[in-house]
Amino acid sequence: PMGTDMAQTRHRCQQMLSLSHRAFFWLVSLLLSSLIWFIAVKASDPRDEPLQRGLLIFGVMFSVLLQEVFRFLYYKLLRKAIEGLVALSEDGCSPISIQQMAYVAGVGFGLMSGAFSMINLLADSLGPGTVGIHGDSQLYFLTSAFMTMVLIFLHTFWGILFFHGCEHRCWWEIAAVVVMHLAVSGSTFCNPMYVGSLVPSYSLMAITAVWAYLLSGGSAQNMRRFLLCKS
Amino acid sequence: MTELSAHLPQFQHGQLTENFPDNHLSNTNDNSERRRHDNSERRRNDNPESETNGQPQSNVQQVVEQDEEEDEELTLKYGAKHVIMLFVPVTLCMVVVVATIKSVSFYTRKDGQLIYTPFTEETETVGQRALNSILNAAIMISVIIVMTILLVVLYKYRCYKVIHGWLIISSLLLLFFFSFIYLGEVFKTYNVAMDYITVALIIWNFGVVGMICIHWKGPLRLQQAYLIMISALMALVFIKYLPEWTAWLILAVISVYDLVAVLCPKGPLRMLVETAQERNETLFPALIYSSTMVWLVNMAEEDPEAQRKASKNSTYDKQAPANQTQNEDPEADDGGFSQEWQQQRDNRIGPIESTPESRAAVQALPSNSQTSEDPEERGVKLGLGDFIFYSVLVGKASATASGDWNTTLACFVAILIGLCLTLLLLAIFKKALPALPISITFGLVFYFATDNLVQPFMDQLAFHQFYI
Repeated sequence: PMGTDMAQTRHRCQQMLSLSHRAFFWLVSLLLSSLIWFIAVKASDPRDEPLQRGLLIFGVMFSVLLQEVFRFLYYKLLRKAIEGLVALSEDGCSPISIQQMAYVAGVGFGLMSGAFSMINLLADSLGPGTVGIHGDSQLYFLTSAFMTMVLIFLHTFWGILFFHGCEHRCWWEIAAVVVMHLAVSGSTFCNPMYVGSLVPSYSLMAITAVWAYLLSGGSAQNMRRFLLCKS
Repeated sequence: MTELSAHLPQFQHGQLTENFPDNHLSNTNDNSERRRHDNSERRRNDNPESETNGQPQSNVQQVVEQDEEEDEELTLKYGAKHVIMLFVPVTLCMVVVVATIKSVSFYTRKDGQLIYTPFTEETETVGQRALNSILNAAIMISVIIVMTILLVVLYKYRCYKVIHGWLIISSLLLLFFFSFIYLGEVFKTYNVAMDYITVALIIWNFGVVGMICIHWKGPLRLQQAYLIMISALMALVFIKYLPEWTAWLILAVISVYDLVAVLCPKGPLRMLVETAQERNETLFPALIYSSTMVWLVNMAEEDPEAQRKASKNSTYDKQAPANQTQNEDPEADDGGFSQEWQQQRDNRIGPIESTPESRAAVQALPSNSQTSEDPEERGVKLGLGDFIFYSVLVGKASATASGDWNTTLACFVAILIGLCLTLLLLAIFKKALPALPISITFGLVFYFATDNLVQPFMDQLAFHQFYI
């Protein structure tokens, strides 16, 4: 019992640590992608509107790709860490499974991404002002909130999918994650026509949720058992 | 630095463990204190022979190797827990500072500068401003170095009373005067009407309880809370009175200084630690944030269970007999940073050193006290200066950044990751390490990068409602 207690606490602590490491990795990827965008913007004509928009789109795509690269790097780091832990532990099996780490990693990525997207908006929403007074959409805050939420969920599920793909060398899973991320980011380009971005994102999220659930060993029976509160 | 010099002997199952002292530096000035230095030290299990104070252990070498491997495993296992134990107070301190900066405008208003930074930054040219800030930083750092050396000299010549007096005065200042100002400003911000009598009562109680908790005994959580509060207060003072460029420069130079002072053979902090090791004392533990309790053996009690229960729920430091020369209890503010792995499973005899009473007590202890080993009780220590400078960085980021919350968040994550890395290095190298350089470097890099690069990008994204 003592041993399992220690294992539990260690486990939880390592999860929390992994969360913060994850946030850091996302931050670094954001940094690098903004650097690229910044250089591109400075090198171009600031008055040219379509060009600026085009550069922004390029920046977004590049950032998405960089995030996935960093997710992969993080996977590599985690693999090494788990191998180290297995080597150290007495009975040769790791206290933390890669799936749990995948989940935590996804959550960390998602939280950081969500925080960065929303926090300035939240701060501004406290202050005096009117939403959409210049003719923009009045649903700005609401849609931002929903979009952020869907992105956080998506990052979590993508984390699970991605790590599963890396573990089992299913390259198509990894490719699917990248393509989905690009698709979701791309769909936000039709904002403020929110039906073009929110609806596809939510449906993608549902699909990814089911996929990740199945990959983590869930099944329809488990779900039914859980919902009916059977043991 | 030798890891095997004898120190405060610690009993654990009748085994003695060594206690490496922490390193501190105290630069106390009139209206500001600087805290510095990290030392991380590791205690080891030693062989079961009992030891009298002041004698280096003889056959420690052979036990060290086998202990090393066990220790390493244990370290890595409990490393995560310790990191979390430090994350929480550092986060709390930063949260308090950021919350205050965002709400109370007093701390972002320019009301002059400290006398240690005499050159103003309101100059016509950028070059002049840069020069002024460099000069300011140089003056500040030299003040700090002088104070550090003064402290080392005082310690070397055993002027403990002077050090104690110094520390008590600085903690008095912090606990009473600065918190009074803070309270006043908070009341002004929220337009709360308050009379002087109530304020006097509040401040008096706050201050006195703080002095008791920090310098003497008190519940662990309360002591931790007070240490966090005074670090936050100190950080707020720095944020208010240091002009912008000076602040960033000082942060950068302080981390370099920390690195040098702790790691170089002739660095003042290292000398301090070595002196303390020679004398078998610990340094200024009241200036360190400690995450677990020190368990103490009470000589009179026979029952180890009762002992454990007694010490478990109570105090930070129950000192046995009077240890007036000790730089342990009354050590108040100090710039000490120290990171220490502590094995808390055993009883700690206080900073004994020279009282024959305690020596006799140590020798009288049975060699097989059966306290059960509880490796979960290992604690970590971090010096208060670390808290202060981390909070200064995050506070300045939230006060002056154009990216506002994004920058603050980025700096926060950077500092936490730096802390993680430092603790990892600590586990690997098992010797005194400065906690500032890595975190502050990351923090500075992320601050400037986020403020100048990420913020325009995120701004544009938010404007068009693109999501990455």
